[in-house]
Amino acid sequence: MTILSYLKALNRAISDEMARDEAVCVFGEDVRVAVTNVTAGLVKRFGDGRVLDMPISEQAFTGIATGAAMAGRRPVIEYQIPALLFIAFEQIVNQAHKFSLMTGGQTHVPVTYLIPSSGSRDGWAGQHSDHPYSLFAHVGVKTVVPATPADAYGLLVTAIRDDDPVVVFAPAGAMGRRQDVDLAQLAPVPLGLGRIHRPGTDVTVVAVGHLVHTALEVAEELADTIDVEVFDPRSLHPFDWQGLAESLERTGRLVVIDDSNRSCGIGGEILATAAEQMRLVAPPKRITRPDGAVLPFAEGLDRALQPSREQLRHAIQAVAKTGSAR
Amino acid sequence: MRRFEERAIELVHAGHIFGGIHPYIGQEAVAAGTCAALRADDLITSTHRGHGHVLAKGADPARMMAEIAGRSTGLNAGRGGSMHAADFGIGILGANAIVGAAAPIATGAAWAARCAGSDRVVVTYFGDGAVSQGVVLETFNMAALWRAPVVFVCENNGFATTTRTADAVAGSITGRAEAFGIPAERVDGRDAEEVFAATSRAVARARREEGPTLLECVTYRFDAHHTWEHAARPRYRTAEEVQLGSSIDPLDIQGARIDPDLRARIDADIEALLEEAVRFALESPHPDPATALDHLYADGTTARAGAI
Repeated sequence: MTILSYLKALNRAISDEMARDEAVCVFGEDVRVAVTNVTAGLVKRFGDGRVLDMPISEQAFTGIATGAAMAGRRPVIEYQIPALLFIAFEQIVNQAHKFSLMTGGQTHVPVTYLIPSSGSRDGWAGQHSDHPYSLFAHVGVKTVVPATPADAYGLLVTAIRDDDPVVVFAPAGAMGRRQDVDLAQLAPVPLGLGRIHRPGTDVTVVAVGHLVHTALEVAEELADTIDVEVFDPRSLHPFDWQGLAESLERTGRLVVIDDSNRSCGIGGEILATAAEQMRLVAPPKRITRPDGAVLPFAEGLDRALQPSREQLRHAIQAVAKTGSAR
Repeated sequence: MRRFEERAIELVHAGHIFGGIHPYIGQEAVAAGTCAALRADDLITSTHRGHGHVLAKGADPARMMAEIAGRSTGLNAGRGGSMHAADFGIGILGANAIVGAAAPIATGAAWAARCAGSDRVVVTYFGDGAVSQGVVLETFNMAALWRAPVVFVCENNGFATTTRTADAVAGSITGRAEAFGIPAERVDGRDAEEVFAATSRAVARARREEGPTLLECVTYRFDAHHTWEHAARPRYRTAEEVQLGSSIDPLDIQGARIDPDLRARIDADIEALLEEAVRFALESPHPDPATALDHLYADGTTARAGAI
């Protein structure tokens, strides 16, 4: 067994896929010296014809990746900060995502958009701290948010092999995670298949990304009084609605914790779908950033807007007490 | 191209083409001259005013007409329509309805083609409005740095929808490319042979791996920005101005170079071809609404129901 860090898992996934498939190439800013460490060693192993440093031109190189993908390459783009997705949004959402349908299936755009350290990083303030996965799920771009090193490896491998555009959000809060794994056992993880990290019978907590670990901690704290099931969807689009329905068959109670803004966020969609289609014996709750949040700089202010353990604990306790008996 | 669009406008007015079209009438020499300089395996990206480019690159007029009429036999099976016509089999990587957005896509395809060892060239069309889009200027920078085999063709028809080029473009269009070290040439976009000659030089340069070229083809749009103008009649140019602009017709310029008997035979062939294209389009089936989200994902992932 080997200790695998989340960061190393991302690096290993890209490296393995580049070795497996010559069409895979890496685009990004400062990827050759690997300022984020995600692309460490790749230029030495695969050469600068496959690992390309880009000028500060996110719209152009995102569009170039689309054209290259339509001509047979499989680019992986690393964006150093999540806000760059807003600049590249047009080229991802309005171009890459739409080409398959608009052309009647004549082409596909296999580009992977990787955002290491998405969400709040300590002290990075308003323009470096967003976690915009809900936007991509909303428009229908395949969207994944791995929580663990093994899932980061498996989901990134799947994203690179996928023939559609896929955005991979690696939460800042998960980047430091380590896991004891057998490297030979690392394997692709399919999109649209959730994972139950902790089975339980009283309340289902759906946690996104790094918040899976928060949910597991809170579940342990409450273990004497409430039996919490922790469900990690792993990919937000496609979403494992079947897996969630099965979990709610067991528990009938739902809390969602999601580090994106409340209005029109994925948390709201999970609640709405559960309310429309699944077994609930109590009103569900969600814990999110506030509506329209912009993360302020000062530490206490930054933390005040992010979903917290305390909020989750209170929500679980409240949901466990309300509603009809199961 | 001219007769195709005249027939298409008739179909718009008759209600057979849903949503209208952006007519290319008056600009045909640009598409004809550029595409004549390309090999069959070269690639193009087009614009929302793309009928001319798509036809000149070799698309079947019947399947093109069926596409803009929204039929399942169309180039894109009715999923793209007038603004998104594509035919990957003959190197048409899609018309694009976001001004300037295809420039990086073309450059990426050019880069990938060269990496694959081919000497294919990509022509990307855009209008005068696109030279104020940041992504186009970003793309100039990268295409020049990489010496990408791409030819940027700016069709300066005098208007970005209703805004005059002079009111929207500071400096010159060619100067934008020259700032990045890209050779740029301003040519008479109403003379197909002048466009052909300039494109041939640019394509040869690209094949020699000497990098991109910008061609500013000066032309004039005789008809509306979009057929909605036929009813809405926004006032941004006078009838006198349109008459003056239309008095230099690329069809007259090229037509004068063709033997009258030959031209009459070509015209008759075109009429027969378009008759068949219109018949084919109107007799083709409409796509089944149950298939409205087909092709959204490569692997057949299905979307959840929305309206229920």
